[in-house]
Amino acid sequence: MNAHASNYNFAYLDEQTKRMIRRAILKAIAVPGYQVPFASREMPMPYGWGTGGVQVTASILGPDDVLKVIDQGADDTTNAVSIRKFFQKVAGVETTTSTEDATIIQTRHRIPEAPLQEGQVLVYQVPIPEPLRFLEPRETETRKMHALEEYGLMHVKLYEDIAKNGHIATTYAYPVKVEGRYVMDPSPTPKFDNPKMHMSPALQLFGAGREKRIYAVPPHTEVISLDFEDHPFEVQRFDKPCALCGAEQVYLDEVVLDDRGGRMFVCSDTHHCESRQAAGHRGEMSGEALS
Amino acid sequence: MLNEATALEGGFSNPVLNAQSVFRAVMDAMAKPATIVEVDAVVTPPSRLDRAAGAVACALIDTDTPFWLDATLAESTALRAWLTFHTGAREMATCGDVAFALVGAPQTMPPLERFAQGTQEYPNRSATLILQVPSLESGAPLTFEGPGIRDRVVLAPRGLPQDFAAQWKANRKRFPRGVDLILTTGDAIACLPRSARLVEMEG
Repeated sequence: MNAHASNYNFAYLDEQTKRMIRRAILKAIAVPGYQVPFASREMPMPYGWGTGGVQVTASILGPDDVLKVIDQGADDTTNAVSIRKFFQKVAGVETTTSTEDATIIQTRHRIPEAPLQEGQVLVYQVPIPEPLRFLEPRETETRKMHALEEYGLMHVKLYEDIAKNGHIATTYAYPVKVEGRYVMDPSPTPKFDNPKMHMSPALQLFGAGREKRIYAVPPHTEVISLDFEDHPFEVQRFDKPCALCGAEQVYLDEVVLDDRGGRMFVCSDTHHCESRQAAGHRGEMSGEALS
Repeated sequence: MLNEATALEGGFSNPVLNAQSVFRAVMDAMAKPATIVEVDAVVTPPSRLDRAAGAVACALIDTDTPFWLDATLAESTALRAWLTFHTGAREMATCGDVAFALVGAPQTMPPLERFAQGTQEYPNRSATLILQVPSLESGAPLTFEGPGIRDRVVLAPRGLPQDFAAQWKANRKRFPRGVDLILTTGDAIACLPRSARLVEMEG
C-alpha cells in the first residue's frame, strides 16, 4: 500500500456518501438489473467523464485492491489515465494495465478480451442507464414499465430496425434481459461484448453519475440479448485479424492512416494486443513504420 | 445504571478502512448468496451481539437509516446505547418501515412480510435483516439457486424460524419486492438476497 494524499479522505468520498452508495450497491445486487436511485455527488470531473463509475469504485475500493481503468478498451487514453491517476492520488492504490492482475476494473464501453475471474469486480461507467429512455422520455412511465415488466416497446424498436434495415441495426448499448426479469442497458459497450456478460464469474456493477442510478449483475447470472426467433442475436464480425497481433475473435478499432484511404484494424483492448505481441504473435502491419 | 464507557468503546478502530473491509465482505457475500464469508470483524459490541453483526451494523447503518431491534436485543440497554452511539441512527419501536433490523432470536421474530418490502416501482426501499444465528453449518441443510450461485449451494443455518422455508418462498414470490437477509454468527456471515431461490429437495 502506498500512501495517499493525506488531505483527502481515503478514496475521496466522505464516509456517509460511501455508506449510502454501498447500501445502494447491495440492493442492486439483490435485484439484478434493477436501477437503484442514489444521491450522486459532484466529483472533481464533469458529468460524462465517468462520475458514476468513479463513485462506485471509490465506495468499494480498499488499500489492497489493484485497479485497472480502461476507456474503449485502452489503458492509455485520457479518461483512463486521469481516473487511474485520481485513485493513485486519493487512495494510494496499486494500479495495473493487466486484466489478470486487477481486482477492480473500471471500464468505459468495453469488456476486456481476457476472461474475467471469480472475485474480480467490473465497474461500468454508464451515460444513460434507462434502456427505454429514447422510447419513452418520462421517468414515471419507464418506472411503471419496469414495475409491470412491460417491455413490448423494446421489441417494437428492434422490429422497426429489421423493417427498415433488414437486420437489427443496434450495434452498441444493445438491450439485455437479466435473469428473465429486468431489461437492462449494458452501457454503450459494442454488442460484441454482450455474450461476455452472460454467466460471467465476475461481479458487474454499473454507475450512472448524472442520471443517479446504480445497478448490478451478480456473478453466474443469466444475461440474454433481446432478439427474435427468425432474427437471432449476432455479434459483429471482422474480415481481417488485428493488424498488429493477428488476433481473431476480438473487437477491432479502425485507425485511419493517411488521407488516401489507408486504414488498419487493431485490437481495441490494448493490454490484450500488447501481451499477444510480447508472446510473439504478429499481424500483417506489425513492425512497419507508419508514414 | 448505564456504563458510558461500554457504549463508547468497541467500535471501529479505523472507521474508514474497517468499514471498507466489512462492506467488501458483505458485498462478496451478497454476490455469492448462501456462501459463508469471514468478516474481519474489528468491533467488540456488548455481549448480546456477535462481532460480525456489530461490524455489519457499524459499516452500513447511519443517520439516514433507522433500525429496529427484536425483543432479545432491545432488552440490553448497553447494546442500544452502543448501536446508537456508533451508527448515529435512530432506533424505531416498530419493525414495519425500518431500513435495517437486527434480530437476536430469529426463531421468534416477526414474519418476513412484516418488514418493509419495497414497492413494485422501488423494490430497493425494502428492509435488510441482520439475523444472528447460533451456527451457519450445523442446522438443517437448505439448497439455493439463483443469481450469484453457480449450479446450487447448500447452507445449513441453525436457529431460523420453524416455517422459514415457506416464508422464504413467499418472499421470493414477491420478487422484485422482498427483504434481504444477512445471517451472522461469530465472525462469519452468509447473505440471502431476495433473488435466491430455495430448492425443494426430493426425499
